[in-house]
Amino acid sequence: MKLTIAEALRKAIREEMQRDETVFCIGEDIGISGGFGGAFTVTLGLEKDFRDRIIDTPISENGIFGAACGAAIMGMRPIADVQYGDFLLCAMDQIINQIAKLRYMSGGKLKVPVVMRAPVGVTGRGAQHAQCLEPYFISCPGIKIVAPSTAYDAYGLLKAAVRDDDPVLIFEHKLLYGSKGARSETGGVDASSEIPEGDYTVPIGRGVVRREGEDITIIGSLLMMHYSLQAADILKKEGISCEVIDPRTLWPLDMDLILNSVKKTGRVVIVEESPKQGGIGAEISAQISESISDYLLSPITRIAAPNTPAPFSPVMEKFYVPQPERIADKIRNLLAES
Amino acid sequence: MTRQDLLKKLGNKKLTDMFERMFEIRTFEEKIQFLFLEGKMPGTIHQYIGMEACAVGVCSALKEGDIIGSTHRPHGHAIARGIPSREIMAELYGKTTGCCKGKGGSMHIGDIKKGMLPAIAIVGGNIPVVMGMALAFKLKGEDRVAVSFFGDGASNEGAFHEALNMASVYEVPAVFVCENNLYGASTSIKKVLKIENIADRASSYGMQGMIADGMDVLDVYDKASKVVGDARSGKGPTLLELKTFRYCGHSRRDPSNYIPKEEKQSWKKKDPILNFERVLLEEKIIDKSGIKELKDKIDKKIEEAIEFAQNGPEPKPEDTYSDFYVNMEVPR
Repeated sequence: MKLTIAEALRKAIREEMQRDETVFCIGEDIGISGGFGGAFTVTLGLEKDFRDRIIDTPISENGIFGAACGAAIMGMRPIADVQYGDFLLCAMDQIINQIAKLRYMSGGKLKVPVVMRAPVGVTGRGAQHAQCLEPYFISCPGIKIVAPSTAYDAYGLLKAAVRDDDPVLIFEHKLLYGSKGARSETGGVDASSEIPEGDYTVPIGRGVVRREGEDITIIGSLLMMHYSLQAADILKKEGISCEVIDPRTLWPLDMDLILNSVKKTGRVVIVEESPKQGGIGAEISAQISESISDYLLSPITRIAAPNTPAPFSPVMEKFYVPQPERIADKIRNLLAES
Repeated sequence: MTRQDLLKKLGNKKLTDMFERMFEIRTFEEKIQFLFLEGKMPGTIHQYIGMEACAVGVCSALKEGDIIGSTHRPHGHAIARGIPSREIMAELYGKTTGCCKGKGGSMHIGDIKKGMLPAIAIVGGNIPVVMGMALAFKLKGEDRVAVSFFGDGASNEGAFHEALNMASVYEVPAVFVCENNLYGASTSIKKVLKIENIADRASSYGMQGMIADGMDVLDVYDKASKVVGDARSGKGPTLLELKTFRYCGHSRRDPSNYIPKEEKQSWKKKDPILNFERVLLEEKIIDKSGIKELKDKIDKKIEEAIEFAQNGPEPKPEDTYSDFYVNMEVPR
């Protein structure tokens, strides 16, 4: 069955709620009849089957994540949802101080199996509805972070997250959902996949090689994975062979996969949709140079958004987000120089 | 309930147990104040001296299986909930025998298995979590109540507002206990709040509000029993304000010079332990020798707790990496 990411997530949530009655969803506008099913249709219609376990909330993000934290400690498996990832910032105390730390503070006597879902992506909404927030959370020990770029992974990672005993934050990309009707996005990229019959999970902590290649390794998540593949297509025509890695899990990073690829190609470009300062590229770059700098044939290169908020103007936005052509240019130059 | 009915309902055993717990909190706090000032104890401390009736009155109204959430000032709540003093003391010393294996410290005392969430030291931070615990009890149909303790200062946090509103909307079995000790660190509540009673805020959430005399353990118990019973029977949550006072400073060596002497003296006249002792003697629930015996027992218990803590094993430095993820090593 071919599904979009929004459909695959919905199917996975439905199946997890059927499998385990401690699983429940809590968030804004997630189960209103005649409403949206969350901002991007992921929970659309689930309230018909799980009336008591699709909990619509006031606009109270700190309350939502606190509720999820407390319920998880008491044996539930909450899936807490924000309409836009940007709103996670209203709940930072609960996420960073409570959800991420309570097990440790307790000396390991409790667990906090919360799943958090947050849409990200620089998508025509300006500075406060279109951030990529991953870097804010990667620096917080205690939360596993996943970022599915295909419907296959979205389904498998959501299931793995619900079944994980630690807090898991899922970043989903607005341009990859394939949301339909009034909630569809312009500029969307097809991330739909064939979803096999029967249950499966995608292991947290494992990345995947999306395309094998010899000359250079490109690392990108979510939309940047798709743009990296497009850049690889452009370069292929010029005889440049790119290996594209999708980390899928942003913490803990699958460094074995990354290091093996970079050892093979000797060159690496990390593509980020968030500002370069303190980003995931900085972390990956540091880990590569700490472990295998001898293998590098050219400097580790980051292609990231400018160190500014996301601008609104479509002209500036296109400049802000690394485009496939820009990724290809950078790689072309890198190979020409070394 | 009249005082006589209340005494009868509680019975001699429970009344003396309550007195013992209050005295245990006072003794614990006075001893550690000394140890801390002597420099024998690491970290920082926020003490509960003067507020003993609050924790003991509320926790005496709870059952096994109920859960409390606490604050940066948690020692009293922990003792009242029944976490052994020696495990609390060992935690203050950062020992592996502490209730959080030395990973929590003074501000995160708790033990979920004994009915207390590790204390949350961000002001107001435990209120949404406790609301979520109560939500779990409701979703699972469990006969349990969740109680959040917090101070007057926390009632000005957004977390308080979000959590109380949600608790009321979902009618969860929770009680929100505001220990109004009149000062948020050094700031008088009069300077930062235009209303007299924090309990009045309950009405803005469509929630029951109630006030008890936080220096009178019987009044606290009476009101707490009522509202815990309401929560348990599906009548929804309550905001219970306890009017109280801390004799000590906000933390560590704070001499609380910002509190007028006369104010301190007037509150000390209402001392919760002395007054309760008087009631127990007047009502012949216990005699003077019984009181002495009990106080000696507690003194000894706390001395033993200190010994247990001081002689307990230190964690290994690399224990830093344990007790974190459930099924994953910490990436290094």
